[in-house]
Amino acid sequence: MLKSNTAFNRFRDSQMHLKIKEIISNNLKKDIPNVRVGDTVKVTVRIKEGAKERSQNYEGVIIKIKGSSINKTFTVRRIFQGIGVERVFFLHSPKIEKITVLRSGKSRRAKLYYLRERVGKSTKLKEIISSSQGVGSFPKEVIPEEGKLVEIT
Amino acid sequence: MTIPARTRPEILGKKLGMTQIFNADGDAIPVTVIELGENIVTDIKTPVKNGYAAIQLGTNIKKEKHLNKPKMGNLKKKNLPMFGYLKEYRVKPEELDAHKIGEQIDLSKILTPKELVDVTGMSIGKGFQGMVKLYNKQRGPKSHGSKSYRQPGSIGAHTYPGRVLPGKKMPSRMGNEKVTARNLKVIEFNKEKNVVLVKGAVPGVEGGMLTIRPSIKKWNV
Repeated sequence: MLKSNTAFNRFRDSQMHLKIKEIISNNLKKDIPNVRVGDTVKVTVRIKEGAKERSQNYEGVIIKIKGSSINKTFTVRRIFQGIGVERVFFLHSPKIEKITVLRSGKSRRAKLYYLRERVGKSTKLKEIISSSQGVGSFPKEVIPEEGKLVEIT
Repeated sequence: MTIPARTRPEILGKKLGMTQIFNADGDAIPVTVIELGENIVTDIKTPVKNGYAAIQLGTNIKKEKHLNKPKMGNLKKKNLPMFGYLKEYRVKPEELDAHKIGEQIDLSKILTPKELVDVTGMSIGKGFQGMVKLYNKQRGPKSHGSKSYRQPGSIGAHTYPGRVLPGKKMPSRMGNEKVTARNLKVIEFNKEKNVVLVKGAVPGVEGGMLTIRPSIKKWNV
């Protein structure tokens, strides 16, 4: 599970009543991939049509992660037929079958609203080179004094 | 079943706060978590002795030093815990025999999921407020030399009646009054953790005392 990243969320968590925490703990998923702002993800969503149920894929860039605990949401932006579409998902929603991280983009800010004004190639984010730890980990860096490859975690 | 609104059974609880949970369809539902009190019968008022039939419930156990002496003495005499919060509700006289002092009220009858309840509490105090916030009055213009930004405006006519009519709405204290949220759906009743989740918001601060009753609408069907 992702930890709350902002000071405000940490504050909210500490203020939450223990019994409320216990109750929502059953509603929290435990096997959530480590998604970050800038990642290109494929979200598999369950859709109900009458009695039937099928799943649909939605692919795009995460431009925003907001909230904490059960209220945590992420916004996925994609260009569909020339029109920008943004969908907000609850990270712990049972409607989400699976989240697959396809690419990890390098981003220097927490909210990528500037992508809304961009078209075409300029919407692409620099990719974080995946290391042995898999997609999403930090790039390797050279420290000049020692001249060795050191992994920063 | 027709039960007059005055004799609806009551349950005492404490508001813990709000959160959300996912239902079977996967939709997020906003819920208020209410911790249920001990709900032990502390007194029975009979028509012969008190002139009316009622049951008094106690909850919110406190230390002995935090209770005043009349209250403490009364509870000690009946060999009951030190309840900090007592509240009574009317019942039909013939129903009195079913209760006795010291027994715990059966909560599961009222708090079955999908049932509707009314939740009563004291709303959050907002302090002394003007007409715009308190009564949704229109504000005056901001420009063209106007100075009546949030003024109450005229409060009555001149010579006749020559006075301000009683009951005229004026700026005053807002909040901190008894408010009932009606027809809230019971989402979950957790007997183990002694909490109930109702859909939507309920009046008052977190930690405030609440009264839960079956909703009138449903109860009179």
